[in-house]
Amino acid sequence: MKWIYTKNNRPVRLADIPEMTMDELRAQIVGRCREGRRVVAFFGMPNGRTETVYAVLADDEANRLYISSGAMGRERRYQAITPEAPRFHIFEREFYEDTGITPEGHPWLKGVRYGHDRADHEKTMESYPFFTMKGEEVHEVAVGPVHAGVIEPGHFRFMCQGEDVHHLEIQLGYQHRGVERLMVERYDRSGIHLAESIAGDTVIGHATAYADAIEALSNVEISRRAQAIRAIALEMERAAIHIGDLGAIANDVAYLLGNAVFGVTRTLVINTLLSLTGSRFGRGLVREGGVAFDFKPDHVREFKEKLTKVSRDVELMGEAMFEMASVLSRLDHTGTVDFEAATKMGLVGPAGRASGVSLDVRADHPFGIYRFYPVHKRTMLSGDVFARSYMRYIEIKQSIEFIFEQLDGLPDDKPLISPLHKLPSDSLVVSMTEGWRGEIVHCAVTGKKGKIVRYKIKDPSLQNWYGLAYALRGNGISDFPLCNKSFNLSYCGNDL
Amino acid sequence: MINTLKIRKNQGEQAIPDVTRAEIRPPFRGLPAVDGSKCGRCDACREVCPVGAISARPLAIDLGKCVFCGDCARECPEKSITFSTFHKIASTSRDYLVVDGAKNAEEYLSGAIEARQEIKRLFGASFKLRQVSAAGCNGCEWELNACGNPNFDMGRFGIEFVASPRHADGILITGPISENMAPALEDAYMCTPDPKVVILAGSCAISGGVFQGSAALNREFLDKHHIDLYIPGCPVHPLTVVNGLLKFMGR
Repeated sequence: MKWIYTKNNRPVRLADIPEMTMDELRAQIVGRCREGRRVVAFFGMPNGRTETVYAVLADDEANRLYISSGAMGRERRYQAITPEAPRFHIFEREFYEDTGITPEGHPWLKGVRYGHDRADHEKTMESYPFFTMKGEEVHEVAVGPVHAGVIEPGHFRFMCQGEDVHHLEIQLGYQHRGVERLMVERYDRSGIHLAESIAGDTVIGHATAYADAIEALSNVEISRRAQAIRAIALEMERAAIHIGDLGAIANDVAYLLGNAVFGVTRTLVINTLLSLTGSRFGRGLVREGGVAFDFKPDHVREFKEKLTKVSRDVELMGEAMFEMASVLSRLDHTGTVDFEAATKMGLVGPAGRASGVSLDVRADHPFGIYRFYPVHKRTMLSGDVFARSYMRYIEIKQSIEFIFEQLDGLPDDKPLISPLHKLPSDSLVVSMTEGWRGEIVHCAVTGKKGKIVRYKIKDPSLQNWYGLAYALRGNGISDFPLCNKSFNLSYCGNDL
Repeated sequence: MINTLKIRKNQGEQAIPDVTRAEIRPPFRGLPAVDGSKCGRCDACREVCPVGAISARPLAIDLGKCVFCGDCARECPEKSITFSTFHKIASTSRDYLVVDGAKNAEEYLSGAIEARQEIKRLFGASFKLRQVSAAGCNGCEWELNACGNPNFDMGRFGIEFVASPRHADGILITGPISENMAPALEDAYMCTPDPKVVILAGSCAISGGVFQGSAALNREFLDKHHIDLYIPGCPVHPLTVVNGLLKFMGR
């Protein structure tokens, strides 16, 4: 047996994970990826002087996850997987930066986040090997890390000829706070709080992934009611950010009515979330074992009333915006990522779905209440800013419908927070959720004493940043803000 | 055009007429009400606090560290810690952020911000800030952006975030200040013309928040420069920010 199969949130014992040589693992991965599986996690774990390399592949149609491992010897190099399975590109870069093990023949082996615990401190942010372009009328534009607006820092370098961008290179790492390391050191005291702060715009998405992982390891099924409340909050988060982003996209094409109306509509959504959780971002709601706040009948009434208004306002504003010629002329055919490129790069979430990549954890690897109320996957094909914007519009409506469905049938089982058991020793669990940006993956590994010894986080931004860089090719540099907002990626989620 | 007018009419007036009187509804967690006399000394609050914000004798909470998760209030069997919805918690003094229940909300507010004549003279009518996110998780950043939206609309008071530090009267920092961002933060500060102020927004900026003590941080900036205003929250609420800034400007 070369792989052990499992599912989202179903732990496996480390001893049951097949181990092979790195060459065999590579051949296995390449073969399985040709059959249509795709990578969701790839990371190393020190094993004495050597390293054990874990690979998790997803079979989305069968709702299965496949796990295997390779033993890295003292040679500390292997033949890169990326040339044959391009989705691996960022995973192998990250693996290389973390461990110092070289994937030979990787086309683009540059730093991902310049973590404080990276293998090679000779490589610094100052010495990042940017591509350069030579020729007549060629110039470079450098932006960041401090941007014009109130946003997170990152460095963008546009290689242009005239107004046209030939290539955009994005250098990240400024936001690195050492989350994965802190998770291992402090999970029993502040794991959930750290998870809520992995990306402050995806509080529920990451907190749910973390809590699901701990509950799965601890072999506890939380109450249906708690699952439903988490899902409602997750969809509130999705709707709120999508609405805010539509406003920002409107702003970037100078359609100020859209900016103002979507802005206040988002306020309504997050203030409604506050009425349940005390926080506009849902902080404090998700806790290991369940949720900390319960829906009273008043809450149900209020959620329905507010969301009815939100739904109406979004529709009125959305229909006006998406049929306005001056808006559409800026969105159509701007920043196009076609299906083939999106698949190769491994885009996830609404950015991927806008290019026809039919992936959604809620449907493919359902978790929590989504196991009983699956979400219908929607895709578009044009892959441009319009598709990424309209995809958001579709998803806002889907989320609100889902919330109404849940509010009408809130399970009334107990408890709100289930007590957890001690974590098992030498186990691994993969926990996936669909945040508003797409697929969130948390992998937790426990050691001999049942403590977490490795915690691997993948925010959807890790894969999608490259999609943004690609989308800019051949576009005018002035369309960058628009392309950027249509993706709206997380710097913290990448830098961890 | 007709559609546009319909939407405009449907929206009505959205701005909060008087932000200084606006209230936030429960269960929002603002200024904690601490009552040490009820405390049974079981230490449950200190055990669940993820950031070590609570000290025991006397019972007190440091708002500069607190992430307002509410876990302590839920765990306390004696209800000696509860969170009020009072949101005007910004202060010009770091020590002032440690609350032990001796002051009620009004008393807290009256001593929280020391109004300086020079600040009022220089920035009282127009206050432009360069925001620097130094590993901020995007929670505070979203809320700072919200300060300028049609609801809170701080632009009406002459407060604005500007694109260049050269146009700014000060720096407003979010995030625990990562090692990788520390040089750029220092650059942004140096590029801001004198006289200038430094404001910290959010638990991460004030104390490191849930990231305090991480080896990936470099908080030397805070030792080198004077901090003029602390705005607690996780993330900061727009009303805390706008009211804090207004009071600071002497308005």
